[in-house]
Amino acid sequence: MSFPLLTATAALPAVGAVATAAVPAAKRTAAKWLALLVSLATLVLAGLVLARFEPGGDRYQLTESHSWIKAFGVRYELGVDGIAVALLALTALLIPFVILAGWHDADPLETNSSRWRPTQGFFALILAVEAMVILSFEATDVFLFYILFEAMLIPMYFLIGGFGDRAHAGSDEKAAAQRSYAAVKFLLYNLVGGLIMLAAVIGLYVVAGNFSLQEIAQARADGSLSMATGTERWLFLGFFFAFAVKAPLWPLHTWLPNAMGEATAPVAVLITAVVDKVGTFAMLRFCLQLFPGASRWATPVIMVLALISIVYGALLAVGQRDIKRLVAYASISHFGFIILGIFAMTSQGQSGATLYMVNHGISTAALMLVAGFLISRRGSRLIADYGGVQKVAPVLAGTFLVGGLATLSLPGLAPFISEFLVLVGTFTRYPVLGVIATFGIVLAALYTLVLYQRTMTGPVKAEVSAMPDLKVRELVVVAPLIALLIFLGVYPKPLTNIVNPAVQHTMSDVQKKDPKPAVEAAQ
Amino acid sequence: MSPTAVHSLWTTAADPISKIDAPKIEYGQLSPTLIVISAAIVGVLVEAFVPRRSRYYAQVFVSVVALAAAFAAVVGLAAGGYATTKGHIAAMGAVAVDGPALFLQGVILLTGLVAVFTFAERRLDPEAHGNRVDSFAAQAASVPGSDSERAAVKAGFTTTEVFPLALFAIGGMLVFPAANDLLTLFVALEVFSLPLYLLCALARRKRIMSQEAAVKYFLLGAFASAFTLFGIALLYGYAGSVSYATIAQVVDGSVRTVDPALANTMGNDALLLIGGAMVVMGLLFKVGAVPFHMWTPDVYQGAPTPVTGFMAAATKVAAFGALLRLLYVVLPGLRWDWRPVMWAVAIVTMLGGAIVAITQTDIKRLLAYSSIAHAGFILAGVIAMNPDGISSVLFYLAAYSFVTLGAFAVVTLVRDAGGEATHLSKWAGLGRRSPLVAAVFAVFLLAFAGIPLTSGFAGKFAVFKAAAEGGATPLVVIGVISSAIAAFFYIRVIVLMFFSEPRPEGPTVAVPSPLTSTAIALGVAVTLVLGLAPQYFLDLAGQAGVFVR
Repeated sequence: MSFPLLTATAALPAVGAVATAAVPAAKRTAAKWLALLVSLATLVLAGLVLARFEPGGDRYQLTESHSWIKAFGVRYELGVDGIAVALLALTALLIPFVILAGWHDADPLETNSSRWRPTQGFFALILAVEAMVILSFEATDVFLFYILFEAMLIPMYFLIGGFGDRAHAGSDEKAAAQRSYAAVKFLLYNLVGGLIMLAAVIGLYVVAGNFSLQEIAQARADGSLSMATGTERWLFLGFFFAFAVKAPLWPLHTWLPNAMGEATAPVAVLITAVVDKVGTFAMLRFCLQLFPGASRWATPVIMVLALISIVYGALLAVGQRDIKRLVAYASISHFGFIILGIFAMTSQGQSGATLYMVNHGISTAALMLVAGFLISRRGSRLIADYGGVQKVAPVLAGTFLVGGLATLSLPGLAPFISEFLVLVGTFTRYPVLGVIATFGIVLAALYTLVLYQRTMTGPVKAEVSAMPDLKVRELVVVAPLIALLIFLGVYPKPLTNIVNPAVQHTMSDVQKKDPKPAVEAAQ
Repeated sequence: MSPTAVHSLWTTAADPISKIDAPKIEYGQLSPTLIVISAAIVGVLVEAFVPRRSRYYAQVFVSVVALAAAFAAVVGLAAGGYATTKGHIAAMGAVAVDGPALFLQGVILLTGLVAVFTFAERRLDPEAHGNRVDSFAAQAASVPGSDSERAAVKAGFTTTEVFPLALFAIGGMLVFPAANDLLTLFVALEVFSLPLYLLCALARRKRIMSQEAAVKYFLLGAFASAFTLFGIALLYGYAGSVSYATIAQVVDGSVRTVDPALANTMGNDALLLIGGAMVVMGLLFKVGAVPFHMWTPDVYQGAPTPVTGFMAAATKVAAFGALLRLLYVVLPGLRWDWRPVMWAVAIVTMLGGAIVAITQTDIKRLLAYSSIAHAGFILAGVIAMNPDGISSVLFYLAAYSFVTLGAFAVVTLVRDAGGEATHLSKWAGLGRRSPLVAAVFAVFLLAFAGIPLTSGFAGKFAVFKAAAEGGATPLVVIGVISSAIAAFFYIRVIVLMFFSEPRPEGPTVAVPSPLTSTAIALGVAVTLVLGLAPQYFLDLAGQAGVFVR
């Protein structure tokens, strides 16, 4: 038996979480370093996964399979395809930055509080989320995936509700109430989505008799498992609903601005760049593979909803007065693009969507973390409280600008390629939708540049005048992310090489071929 | 008359007497029940003859040893194959010894054992006049607030009768799911109900409320018992027998010899339907299903918390066991009649429990309504009418009872000057003050909510899967929706504990003795083990899921 690399990649942060939580109260700094080292070690393991993965090889690689709960037909089955590898790498990559960015987010308010434990809890919870997200990317058993999909809500919930911005922490009861409201809203939305999925998971078992993704997909493909059209559609809807809440798709998105607004910036990154990706990933892996017929059937409606997400999210982002909520609405718009790409059912669209997931993770992390540094300096999330920051803190303003430009998909930065691919993929099949989606880019330029203009340029506001520039720790967080954005912007081939074969598999699952280019068709 | 004729009269008269068989009792197979009941009798003798200061230790010792021995006996019987191939009906057709009976008896004995630990806890309440006291009244007979009560407290009296009472209740509960004729069913029902009524009345604090709870429980329980008894009479009138097997044969028409009297009555469906409905009603009362749930919140709130935990866990196990046997063994031929009704009951129970729980402000009432919602989920498994239905219900009951015991044990720890602080507002900020206790309670709440990786999820998944396979998909959807509603109020408590500011005059968390700590730790352990690796226990429930007829 070969070394269970996938299990190890998920188990390491899980063990690290327990160890971090167990660090004595007084040794706060040790707990932080432990968490950081664990996340870096996990990154190394993820790198090994990336190295061992052969893009042209079998669809699922590094597979592991063990019996788990026989009575339910549940197995502990892991395996990664190109899409999963890319997202796994993204997750492992972002967590060290999240930890480093949140270095002081859970420090005690009074320096002498020797019994203060939340610091350990904060970092332990982050590692717990990492473990569950990684394992959910690896799971090829529907039940195992479902368990992780639900269980990761609990640590997320405590991260959102338990830790607010330093500016608001402490006795500020209104902020605490808002935060608790945001946490509950997050949990309830996702829990309801998850429970509806539970009904569909049970339904799937009744129809298929087991939970193995590969077995069911195989049986679906060779026709040995046929579902009544109605059954397939209901099951699809059950799964899709949960993923659409998580992703989030309009009109199920309303929890995201609350959660991202109230959480600290690193936790907001964890939500939008890491945890939400499980939703879009699961659409590709589960919805399309298990229910290809129903996926084709639902495509028109989903495309329209995705389009509404794009435009609506962008429009609301333009109107925001709160920096974090602005990023949240921008994310909703971006998730619209991802879902549009997935359900365009073209290979450009789907590989674009996968690249988009990765690039959105990196660009949002960059923008949001810098925004977090900015907010922690001034103690306010309101755009109107800032002005002229670039004169005082040029490096901060510069990194903020790069993050913003990445968000609006400037050519030369990574998100441009994915957005372009999604639009091309959509356009070849649905020209009208492609055209409308393009307006999303225009609006993105508007909200990003207006945000930059209002906060960074203009006369220096009095409260901002003494603002220090980025510290070393903060630079260590931002610089690699920006480097990565530029690198993947000019040379995305390593990523596309991994993703493309997986996309071809998915395309054949839904029995869709790319439409012929118009010129060739005319000849 | 000639001497021979006289003699022949004499001999013929004597003849039938020699034909009456001595009842054949399989003592070995009934040993779990016999051990518990005899220990209860020993407990009564202890009350009578052992000096007051040693009674507590003697009682705890007797109870723990008896329950452990009875559990060992159950394990021995199961290992001897009585749970599977050798399952049969003992005690002249009165008691079944089979998989479901032994499984549930094992669960009841373990919950009973853990409950005895919480009964015996004496470190939570502040010492009264230098004596350690438990959750029970100093002297049940003294009027609350009277001089005699004060004298009893001052003298350091404690109601050690609770241990034999609990043992009697457990004894009845052991027979209840194993009862194989209607009379045994009724006797067992009364044997476990009467001690419970008494136990409910024995709270040390808030005695009036406790007594009120007991009276409510008693009156409504007596009412339900009367219904059951009337139903039993009607069923006897219909089938001419109280034996489960015979009634089942008469119901599905496979009875071998039909005498004229039976031929007269067995066509009378009114007797069967009304009788069956009334018996089922009595059982639904015990499990706390809507619309027979009215007693639950008041009794759960008023009873001493250790008793509440015991009652919530063990009664539910016993009653669902009896309900399963009744529906699967006696009335399967009638399922086209009872299934629609039970569908309706399950739906209103799930939704009713979950919705009403939202408005609760007392933690014990909240848990009471949550137990109602859980009864609904279990009913969904009962309705499945397939082997998975039985095993999933068995598994759910085992999982649920330990979560419940643990949760109520935590409730006993959170105290202020007036005793337990059960009002929810007092729980605000508990997570800041006592992170460990709050975290443990959060684990129980998450298990109640059915979050994956806890036993609650495994159980819920099992019953819903069985229900879906049994064709009850709408029930599953409603179950899922009410789970979502229920999740709301469990989360509300978690929010309160972790995200609210603690109040300055808030309650403190008492440091329990190893007894309660063990109970809570067992609850957490079972919750996590059944959540992470349920396979062994699901197998066990699966093997045990066959009724003997």
